[in-house]
Amino acid sequence: MALYLLRRLGFIFLTLLLASIIIFSITQFLPGDVAQMVLGQFATEVAIENLREELGLNLPLHIQYLNWAAGFITGDWGDSLVSRMPVQPMVMQRLGNSAMLAGVAIMIYVPLGIALGVIAALKRDRYPDQAITAVSMAFVGLPEFVTGLLLIAIFAIGLGWLPANSSIDPGSNFVQAFPYLILPAITVSLTGLGYIARMTRSGTIDVLDTDYIRAAELKGLPAAQVLLRHVLRNALLPTVTVVAMGIGWLLGGLIVTETVFGYPGLGRLLVYGIQRRDLPLIQAGSMIVVAVYSLSNLAADIIYGLLNPRIRLGR
Amino acid sequence: MAKDNRGNSKPSSPFSFLKKLRRYPATAIGFIIVFLFILIAIIGPSIAPYPYTEQKLSERLAPPSEEHIFGTDQYGRDIFSRILVGSRDVLLVAGSGTAMAVMLGLLLGLFSGYRGGLLDEIVMRLMDVILSIPPLLLAMVILFSLGPSRLNVIIVVGFLYIPMVARVVRSVVLDLKTRQFVEAARMRGEKSGYILFREIFPNVLPHLAVEASMRFSYAIFLVASLGFLGLGVQPPSPDWGLMVGEARTWFHQARWILLFPAGAIALLVVGVGFMSDGLRRMLLPGGVSDV
Repeated sequence: MALYLLRRLGFIFLTLLLASIIIFSITQFLPGDVAQMVLGQFATEVAIENLREELGLNLPLHIQYLNWAAGFITGDWGDSLVSRMPVQPMVMQRLGNSAMLAGVAIMIYVPLGIALGVIAALKRDRYPDQAITAVSMAFVGLPEFVTGLLLIAIFAIGLGWLPANSSIDPGSNFVQAFPYLILPAITVSLTGLGYIARMTRSGTIDVLDTDYIRAAELKGLPAAQVLLRHVLRNALLPTVTVVAMGIGWLLGGLIVTETVFGYPGLGRLLVYGIQRRDLPLIQAGSMIVVAVYSLSNLAADIIYGLLNPRIRLGR
Repeated sequence: MAKDNRGNSKPSSPFSFLKKLRRYPATAIGFIIVFLFILIAIIGPSIAPYPYTEQKLSERLAPPSEEHIFGTDQYGRDIFSRILVGSRDVLLVAGSGTAMAVMLGLLLGLFSGYRGGLLDEIVMRLMDVILSIPPLLLAMVILFSLGPSRLNVIIVVGFLYIPMVARVVRSVVLDLKTRQFVEAARMRGEKSGYILFREIFPNVLPHLAVEASMRFSYAIFLVASLGFLGLGVQPPSPDWGLMVGEARTWFHQARWILLFPAGAIALLVVGVGFMSDGLRRMLLPGGVSDV
């Protein structure tokens, strides 16, 4: 187990290293002059030269990368080109806000998606299944800005129950933020719900078709016991992986959802950074997103291994 | 799973295809929606009642009426015309991006899977790294560098989805490579090129078709999201996502300028999703439902 963990951590480190090179290369030296790009075409020569100096653009590329990477690891993520404030506290604060939103969303869509998936599997190919499958497929396909704006139209503007705008103070705690989290969380959940429901359905159907479930039924166990002790234990295993694999997509969903509601999370910050051409902010924010994504994949593998004794980690 | 003798992997006649459609109403609806949108994309621009950029400030934010059945937007442009013209945009951008990803992913997956060894290992690790960055984020960062334009959005979609396609193709190739008909071809002394394209490729096709249709629905999703964020296709293009993004400020006064483009996106994405799911059931019966 320890060896396995070590190997996985090493692999994650390698992934992050390569991803950082990709992100750095894309943002730093793809098209012509970065300073020109950041400042726009009407910038003066002097301003461009100053920025080049500040960003270290006159150094060779690999030195630039090493400087940036070393800074990133030691917590010096540079200053925002727009606000002139250090990037790190800003990114971490917004990351916390995104985590709050993602947490509420996961609490909604994971249990609900599992329940719907199990119901669909038990009523396979009958009316409830077809309804659940069609609706979940529709939700999976709807972009978050469509569902988000629809929810605003109904619950904020139409009924007036919830705020349409979630642009709260970025430093708010969970209790203060909660009313503003509901609509964005439901928006993210609708996409995730369909995804989890579909995966749970196919996992449950696979288990229902096995001999040991037939044996359990035939020896006269109560249906509820078969379902809880025998079916779900096995069927929910893949769902763990699915939830974690969905994190990457969840992060994308958060970018759009936070923009729809103006919620001060990391996704909104990244969009803002790109609109303002705030290079250090984009680089640091992207790296954090990639790191979160990799770590959640690792967490999924570990949980899966712990829950499933058939898999021997480390081999 | 692919069939083990070649040329036997497609529904045999149009009738069996139609029969299957009847068993899955959602799939039939999906095919019809996609067909209608393709039709609109072809004839839409010529039947649009107004030019899509024509501004009439006197008629701005007009609710749906007989002259403007979907109403007008903040510049007095006819929303119905913009949606008609925009359908060509959406299908073209998402479609060519998907086509690019499918072609490149296919080649990469075929060669990498067939060759195996170190080349395969390197290619696949590289794909893993690209996959370790969430697609929307990677798209945003690339467009930040390339600058937002229609061509660049196509390039981004085409690049982003290569790893997914390559992975699927590779896994099918790995499975086929050990089958007897491939062994037999090798025994006959056929060249690798022949084996790859005449023996293996036809059996990869059904998987590729399903994968392509899935990528297409994701591509529409992605292009619309980029448009909405203002990082994709730029104004005054009638991109639906962009229309929704621009309409947001006017939402409280004029709901229609948002509802119609959003509805168009929703309908198309759901249609392609249903179609893709149906293709999977028809072309890969009993196949594992990989994500």
